Amino acid sequence: MTNFYRDNEDLKFHLNNPFMKRVAELKERYYKITENKYYGKDRIKPDEYKPASFEDALNNYDSTLEITGEIAGDVIAPNAESVDAEGPVLKDNRVHYAKGTVENLKALKQARLTGVTQPRKYGGLNFPTTVYSMMIEMVSRGDASLMNLFGLQDIGETVKEFADEDIKAKYIPMFASGEATGAMILTEPDAGSDLQAVQLKAHFEESTGLWRLNGVKRFITNGNAELSLVLARTEEGTKDGRGLSMLLYERDDTVQIRRIENKMGIHGSPTCEMVFKNSPAILIGKRKFGLIKYVMSLMNGARLGVSGQAIGISEAAYREALKYAQERAQFGKKINQFAPVYEILTDMKVKIAALRTLYYETSRFVDVYKSLEEIEHERDLTAEEKNDLKKYKKRADFYTPLVKGLSSEACNSITYDAIQIHGGTGFTKDFPVERLYRDARITSIYEGTTQLQVVASIKGVTSRLFTEMIDEYTSRKIPYELEFLRKELNVMRKIYVNTIEKVERHNDQEFLDFHARRLVEMAGNLIMGHLLVLDAARDPRFKLTAEVFIKKARAENTDKALVINDIDNAFINNYKELTKLS
Amino acid sequence: MAFRIIVLAKQVPDTRNVGEDAMTSDGTVNRAALPAIYNPEDLNALEQALLIKDKYADTEIIILTMGPPRAADIIRESMFRDADSGYLVTDKRFAGADTLATSYVISKAVEKIGNYDLILSGRQAIDGDTAQVGPQTAEKLKLPQITYAEEIIDIKKDKVTVKRRLERGVEVVESSLPALITVHSSAEKCRPKNAKLYMKYKHAKTPTELQTIADDYLNQSVRNKDYLQIEELSVDDLKCDIQKIGLAGSPTKVKKIDNVVLQSKDSKVIRDNDTEIRQLMQDLITNHTLG
Repeated sequence: MTNFYRDNEDLKFHLNNPFMKRVAELKERYYKITENKYYGKDRIKPDEYKPASFEDALNNYDSTLEITGEIAGDVIAPNAESVDAEGPVLKDNRVHYAKGTVENLKALKQARLTGVTQPRKYGGLNFPTTVYSMMIEMVSRGDASLMNLFGLQDIGETVKEFADEDIKAKYIPMFASGEATGAMILTEPDAGSDLQAVQLKAHFEESTGLWRLNGVKRFITNGNAELSLVLARTEEGTKDGRGLSMLLYERDDTVQIRRIENKMGIHGSPTCEMVFKNSPAILIGKRKFGLIKYVMSLMNGARLGVSGQAIGISEAAYREALKYAQERAQFGKKINQFAPVYEILTDMKVKIAALRTLYYETSRFVDVYKSLEEIEHERDLTAEEKNDLKKYKKRADFYTPLVKGLSSEACNSITYDAIQIHGGTGFTKDFPVERLYRDARITSIYEGTTQLQVVASIKGVTSRLFTEMIDEYTSRKIPYELEFLRKELNVMRKIYVNTIEKVERHNDQEFLDFHARRLVEMAGNLIMGHLLVLDAARDPRFKLTAEVFIKKARAENTDKALVINDIDNAFINNYKELTKLS
Repeated sequence: MAFRIIVLAKQVPDTRNVGEDAMTSDGTVNRAALPAIYNPEDLNALEQALLIKDKYADTEIIILTMGPPRAADIIRESMFRDADSGYLVTDKRFAGADTLATSYVISKAVEKIGNYDLILSGRQAIDGDTAQVGPQTAEKLKLPQITYAEEIIDIKKDKVTVKRRLERGVEVVESSLPALITVHSSAEKCRPKNAKLYMKYKHAKTPTELQTIADDYLNQSVRNKDYLQIEELSVDDLKCDIQKIGLAGSPTKVKKIDNVVLQSKDSKVIRDNDTEIRQLMQDLITNHTLG
């Protein structure tokens, strides 16, 4: 009887963030939604479950998270070991999930956690992304590999954002009812990080009015899904991203699943190689916008999801390590009494708190701009709303790659440390940390490697947007006893600004590229430090967390500043020389 | 096809997490000290009803529970899992009932609800472990009963086929309908609450609870929706014979409670070889542990 929502006060703390009032009222259109049409599959009609006020909505979020926490703790987590051992199998061109995965998906479907952010008229729950983010964290803590299936609700999100109304009315209810799972089919053998190189061909067939897909896709999570979004080249003769469109493919027998990858981790998630042979598909949105607009949206959702996955895995690893250290005795003492051990444990806990606060801050930004984008389709926005749409979209676009990069790297180090705490037993398959360590590894690779997240974040951290965020956080009132932490952060800010100025004076792309990750990490530390101080202002329980985090972050940032100072262009050449790149 | 199913469910103190104050000095369960939960095997029974509803969508599931006003939680929790409505049998005069008095009241309530095809309940409740209320209710209603059910294999208009879990195996039996079936914990675990149903039914209230809602708007909006009404049944509603209910109707009297702790005495290490295992088997047969 473990409930992953009830046993982790931090989730409720973030749900009760004051900004959630704004998030909820936008999502609920100020509680004035009246649905004229209903396309959903459930017998429960939109009017029967729409909230009447913020308190009502918040109670819905809270209670649904409690349901999710119960499923994560009582169903998903106990299944994780067998799912990892069993994995999916390919038989008769169909992917069959592990027994535990089937059970998990059934429970999630029965609880109707299948169309969390979709509007009620399609049978969804119409919950904010922030609440969905919390579900992702809990599901991932139970079994990281299940997140890859649960998180594919984002496919429906992209259909909602860009497809025509008749397509939405037909397909979104299939996702929302749990009848269909999704896949995003982008990667090809020669188009991984560089999706502009996608070659899978789509041609329009006049006689049927359908598009036909031909080609090979690789590394496709849940490739055998009932509904998939496929990135394909609709413009013959083109070579770059502008010739690509997004198409919706409904599973039939024209696609051959060639194999399931034999992976290091997330075993429960089937990663498929697939061959399309004249497979029918319909166009989503406009031609040629596939990569430049829709994939970017899809990718941002997925990046946020992976951040939640990373934080969920980290939470599981931390709890395993803590439990072990409290029980294991050596030299006549429980090992958590030894400085090298408790330092690691505390650093894990603090890192998770820091990343979690950034994750939910990012989720709230996403919520505001996405809701405003939806409202824009319904009516004219006020000047203030237009301004907010721009503002929060920028912030979400800035924070999403930042949190993805930082949380996935931290997840790798936290699971590494969790094994270290266990010693030799952690290296065996008898303890879950071994699985968590393997599951963690992919988070800093897929949906864009950390190196690409740095590329996506560097503009944000070197621009006015960063300054604006720090100014805003600094302007918020905090109790006197936390002021000393702000002072520390101000010192860190000076170090950072000096470093940025130095980089700018260099005015050299390679120099910037070389140090970009260091700059992004420094900026991340500053942002998370400020967020933790604000958390501490709301709940004294975070004061110590903020203090420990900022102390280490300051040392880290000073160190990175030194490296940036020391390694100039001439020295960068040594790096090239040693691995013979020049 | 569609069925009308009554599920008997009970709110029980969570005896799985018992502290020192679990018992009162007079030997009854101190309900205030233990969290109130849905009796686990009643959840298994509810799942069997829900499985029938999955197959025959127009099936109606009615929850019947007896207890103090807060036992309305059990009805709401059932609604969150797709039960359609519920009755709470509540009256101070029912207090102190043993299984005989309880089954009398339950059978009166079932008669009042009427027009049912099937009654399902858990095999037993974790607070008393008697497993008597189900069978007694069936007897009073003159219904066929199937106990220890693990799975309802098939249900037709007039016939139900059930797999029973017995000590040494399973048994498949058939019964005419209506019938009363008590469900064993080895049956399928109950499904999780459904988020949408939670949102739909969270304000479902009994008349007693409605009186406590100060918010006029909420009060009115609950009253306006039929599906949010949980019915209450009192001694008078059921026209109970006052001699057959409560303490008066309960021949069971608790004389004394003994705390029995089973202690292990000595232990013996058996090595993993045929000789020692054979020796152990012989010893166990000799001292009548086996055989």
